[in-house]
This record gives sequence, C-alpha cells and structure tokens, in this order.
Amino acid sequence: MKEKQATMDKLLTVSMSPHVHHRDTTSRLMYGVVIALLPAWAASVWFFGWGALYIPLLSVFFAVLFEYLIARFLLKREPSVRDGSAVVTGLLLAFTLPVNIPVWILAIGVFVAIGVGKMSFGGLGTNPFNPALVGRVFLFISFPVQMTSWPLPKGFATADAVTGATPLGLLKEGMRQGEHVADMMKELPANLDMFMGHMPGSMGEVAAAALLLGFLYLLWKRIITWHIPVTIFVTVFLFSGLLWLIDPVNNATPWFHLLSGGLMLGAIFMATDYVTSPMTHRGMIWYGVGIGLLTVIIRRWGAYPEGVQFAILIMNAFVPLINLYVKPKRFGEVKKNG
Amino acid sequence: MQKIKTFPKGGVHPPEHKLSAGRPIEVLPPGGRVVVPVVQHIGAPAEPVVQRGDEVKVGQLLAKSSGYVSANVHSPVSGKVFRIDKRFDASGYKRTSVIIDVEGDDWLPEIDRSETLVREITAAREEILARIQEAGIVGMGGATFPSHVKLNVPRGKKAELLIINGVECEPYLTADHRLMLERGEELLVGTRILMKALGVDRAVIGIENNKPDAIEHLSRLTAAEEGITVQPLKVKYPQGGEKQLIKAVTGREVPSGGLPIDVGVVVHNVGTTVAAYEAVQKNKPLIERVVTVTGKSLAKPSNFLVRIGTPISALVDAAGGLPDDTGKVVLGGPMMGKAVARLDIPVTKGISGVLLIPDAEAHRRPYQACIRCARCVSVCPMGLEPYLLMDLGVHERFERARDERVMDCIECGSCSYICPADRPLLDYIRLDKLRVGEMIRKAKQAVK
Repeated sequence: MKEKQATMDKLLTVSMSPHVHHRDTTSRLMYGVVIALLPAWAASVWFFGWGALYIPLLSVFFAVLFEYLIARFLLKREPSVRDGSAVVTGLLLAFTLPVNIPVWILAIGVFVAIGVGKMSFGGLGTNPFNPALVGRVFLFISFPVQMTSWPLPKGFATADAVTGATPLGLLKEGMRQGEHVADMMKELPANLDMFMGHMPGSMGEVAAAALLLGFLYLLWKRIITWHIPVTIFVTVFLFSGLLWLIDPVNNATPWFHLLSGGLMLGAIFMATDYVTSPMTHRGMIWYGVGIGLLTVIIRRWGAYPEGVQFAILIMNAFVPLINLYVKPKRFGEVKKNG
Repeated sequence: MQKIKTFPKGGVHPPEHKLSAGRPIEVLPPGGRVVVPVVQHIGAPAEPVVQRGDEVKVGQLLAKSSGYVSANVHSPVSGKVFRIDKRFDASGYKRTSVIIDVEGDDWLPEIDRSETLVREITAAREEILARIQEAGIVGMGGATFPSHVKLNVPRGKKAELLIINGVECEPYLTADHRLMLERGEELLVGTRILMKALGVDRAVIGIENNKPDAIEHLSRLTAAEEGITVQPLKVKYPQGGEKQLIKAVTGREVPSGGLPIDVGVVVHNVGTTVAAYEAVQKNKPLIERVVTVTGKSLAKPSNFLVRIGTPISALVDAAGGLPDDTGKVVLGGPMMGKAVARLDIPVTKGISGVLLIPDAEAHRRPYQACIRCARCVSVCPMGLEPYLLMDLGVHERFERARDERVMDCIECGSCSYICPADRPLLDYIRLDKLRVGEMIRKAKQAVK
C-alpha cells in the first residue's frame, strides 16, 4: 500500500487535551508578588534608610539558602528554590520586622519560617500556616524587646535611631492606663501621615499608599482576586466603626484601625498567600470576615496591641474546614425537595 | 446593537490565533483512496451493506445504522470498494472501515447538486426527521451525537427554543465562521427546518463577537426572518459547550445529569444545520464537511470542503505541506482536540480542524506542587474543584469524587490550561470519571 511519505518519517507527540497552556507559571506568580512589594520596599528605604534595603535582601538570602539546604540534605530531593516562593517568604518576613533587628535574630526568624513553617510540612503547597507569619510570631514571643523597639522614621539621617512605640502600641498602653481613647487620638499620628507611612513600625507595613499600589498591581496582573483583602478592609472598617459609634470615648476611629499596624500588609500580602487561604471565592469571604473580626477583637480587648498576625494564623487553621464546607456553586445543581 | 451576553461562571480566554478566518472555503476534489469508518458517531456502529469489489456512487449507503442511537454512513466518493478492513481513526484505535479507490465523481442522480437555494420547506415534521436520520447527520461540532435523536423531543418534554451554535470558541478553528459567512442563506433555511422538526417558533444563533462579520451578515439576513435572531456573545471559552451556551443565551441551567431539553432548549451546530438543509432540501447525505487546516508554521492555513474519508495528510499537503517543525498534530481545536500519531487518519463527520503544533509548543512542562492558587476552581465553568478531583484521583478515592460531582465535568480543559504548576488536572479527572462511570454501571446492574 502506498503511504504518503510525510506520514511516517516523523514521530509525533501524543498527549491528552488541552494542548495549549496559559503563560503563567508558579515562579511568574511569585515574582509578580515580589514586584508588587517593591513600592512598599522603596517607601521603607525612604523612611528607615539603608537598613531597610539590606535587611530584606539578607532575609531573602537566608530563606533561599535554608530551603535549598533542607531540601537537598534533609529531605534529599531536588530543591525547587527557583519557584520564587522562598524569596516571597523572606521578603515578607523582613517586612514585618523593625529595621534595627539584629541579623542573628533575623536568621533565626527565617529559619523558623522556612524550616518549621514550610519545609517541615513538606514544602511549597503543603504548609497550613503562612510561613512568614510563623517566623514573625516566633520572634515576637521569643525576643519581645528587640521586636518592639520601633525606630522612628528618620530617612537617611545619620543620627542615632530614636525608637518609639507604634500608634497601636501607644493606643494599647494608654488604654491600659485608663486614658480615654478620644483624648489620645489627638496625640496619635494623623490619618494622612499614617496613609503615607510616616509612623514607627515594621519595615514593610508603614506605607499604606505603597501597599495599596502593590494591591492594584496584583489585581491588574490577576495574581490575586479582590475577595480576601477587600473583605478584611470592609470587616475591620465596619466592626471598628460600629464600636466607635457606640462608644467613641473608648474606641479608636475606623480610619485609624485601617491605616495602623500591619493591616494593609497582612490583608494584601499575607492573608492572600495561596497555600494558606481558601479555594473558593465564597470561602475567601468567610476567611476575610474572620480575619477582620479577630483583628479588631485582639486590638481592642487582647493583650497585644496588634492582632493581624494572630488573626491570619488562626484563620489559616480554619482553611481546611472552610474548603470542606464552602463549595463553589455547582452548575445545574438540582435543588432537593423536602 | 444587541447586548453582548456570556455565561457567568468560569471560563478562560486562550489566544485566538484564528489564522484562517479570512480564507474562503476551498473545495478539495476527491482522489486516491478514502477510508470511511463505520463509527463516526456516538452510539452503535453502522453495519456495512457493501462488499469488496462493489462499485459505489457518491451518496450511496455504505453502512446502515444499527439502532436508534446510531447513524448511516454514505459513500463520499464514487469508485470501487477496495476492501472492508480495520483502519486507525482519530481515537487511536483501529475501526472497521470501508476503503474505496476513487474513480471519477459520479453522484447518485436523486441528489440535487445545483446551487439554487431551495427556500420553501415542503417536508412535514415526520419527513424531516426521517430525512435527517436517513442522511446520517450527527453533531458536527465534534460531539457527533446523532441529530435525529436530539430533534425527537421525548414525550412529556417540550422544546421552546432552538439555539444554533456558531460560537466556535476553540482557538484556531474557523470552519463554522466561514460557513456562516458563505452559506448564511442555507444556514437560515436549515434553521427553519430544525425549528419545524422541533415545533418551536423561536431560534437564536449564538456567535462570539470575535466574528463581527458573521454577526453582521447573519443579522442582516435574519432581519426579515420571523423568530430567528442573532445573539452576539463575549469571547470566552468554553462558550460553545452546550450547557454554557444555553446559560449564556437564556440564563437557564441544564440540571446536573440532565439534557438541554429539560430546560426546553435544543442546540445544533451551524455545520449540522447546513447539513440538515442539504439533507432535506437537496436530498444529500452527510458526505463532506468543512475542515480548518491551520498552525503557526503552516504555509497556507485554509478552510477546505472535503469528502469524508480523505486522509488528513491530503489536507495538510493542500495547505502547503507539513512544516518541518511540526511536533504534534491535533484533530479539532487545541483545547479539546485529539492528538494523533499518524497522518493517514481519515476525516470523519466530527473533525472540524487539523492543527499542526510546532515542536517547541508540543510538549508539556513537568508538573510541580499544587500551590492552591484556586485558579482551577475559579475557571471551572461547571463549578467543580479540579484540584480536589485530581487529588481524589491520585489517591483513588472515587466515591468521594462521585460525591464531588466529577461526572458533571465537560472536559473543557480550562483547569489544566490555567494551572500555573502545569498539573495534569484533567487527566486525573478523566480517570475519576472512568472509575465512577464503572461504579455507576455496576450499581445499576446490581439493582437489576
């Protein structure tokens, strides 16, 4: 039988459909997050000087190094540090620390984040808790002094850093001494200063404006959806606003809650961590509501001035449950009668 | 201007690459040897009624439908039956086929080959159904379900609306686009025929708005037509899926496990509709179809009107020959088409395109850990959770997969397409469906 020559002299690849793929890869998404963090990083350097440049770089270096070593020598498998997730973890952890953090404490924090928070569960995709927050909370509990001496923004001035309390720290301290919140609000930074980042705080959390710029980038590139951050913002605003309306003497304004502490950084970059957040949009909304409520509750009634980190970690623990019970709306679901 | 509609949940938008959109349909004359499989449809194989050495004419019955859900197969060429033997088809299996050596182009005299448009529909409803069944018409969008079965509304159900599927949401494919542009009049008569068969007074032609010329052309033609309208749709894959198209046009959801008729709708592809016109008005069985031959490296991406049974190699040669860098040959579109290992596979009733993919794009990337980004969940047009279904497949937890509605999956591939970790989601979902299907069949037998 005569066959066409073209048919047989070539081996063709055969695989199941689909035969095309979207251009996004894990590493593209991760480096997208890094790009979205750049405005906040730049703002941080502007406010806190060169330290804010090299501490995050050092943190990224440690994160990649530890992940590589653990994968290669403990788990004995091909390290996948090129996927960029360790870079994101390192950067995010650094962003939650004060700029004057000693390097050895930073190294311990990164080790806990990567080693305990991520690799002990099997690496990328399997950790239940946000690794950067695991590292931060470990440091926060182990080194309370170093972790709460917040340098005031001084830019590139060479004078010795002056440290002070964060706005949330001031608020909590005042409340403990029985002062009226309404009186204290006058001494706290103005909303505009807080929006621009002119306040003491961790490296990456202070500049709300820069963080929101990053948020827009993430939305534009479709790296995350609006559901988690917006739900957190709305919940915090409404809940703290309700408290403020009921009792303005003993509660801070909702604007203050939105702009202070790590809320922006947490809501935009930590709560949206793929691995530790829910899989459905409705689930994300429940999760965001939970984080918002817990944040305000901890800030208002808890022992710590800031509640975002704990709120996110607590809601991380609920994610498997949310995934089990909050299902997407199935197409053509037949309503059961009776 | 009409409101542009779409389905609300999920979907993706792969690059369109409609390379052959501007190329008119070319007739590819028959020649050489054709291979006509007796199964080109969903359902029972047709039974050959010719023998080795028989002389056949174009349109003559080669294999007779062997049940209600089955379809006749007619000779696409004239010539001599070389033999009846097993040959590879697009599925990768060998199927019983009638192999014919082409001699001339001699048609059965009762087929009207003139180009005159026959507008008036004289056939009664029963006659239309009989003609369509006789002509061996099946869903030409790719599903190849026998059309007469879809047109015969079961007792207790009522059809209200006919949707003509001109969506062509697969990248690269342009066969339906060209048909709408070049055979619009016939398409509308075909639509009337299907409306009459169903007893409906309303039909909507759904077209994605990346084909503005087709929308405009058919809108002009339908302006005078009572009951037929054109509905522009937003470009979104898999809008050509029956359930998604019905949702987009009517807002109704076909219930899980149900059929379009459960919400009063019947959907037919534009190719099928034109074939119905030819069957009823011209007495012509389904022996040829329009096939897009395309690919980034192909010299001359084209749309061919080609006889069933022609080897795809002949189509590729007519489009400028197989490019040197070809790594994969796909029959159909890149999202749902089948990759084949050889080029001697014949064109069958459901093949809408031949796509040549360069070697650089022919291979899958190795897959990585799931980062739980939830993209697969948000693109799934059926509201399923592909990451979970894959996981259940890996761990062979098929009962749970059944409870998570894996059988609702339409295998559109949006999940595998979007996954940033390149995970083979749909592969495992297919495994789930296979095992769950076996489970369901066993349970049914146990009841009996």
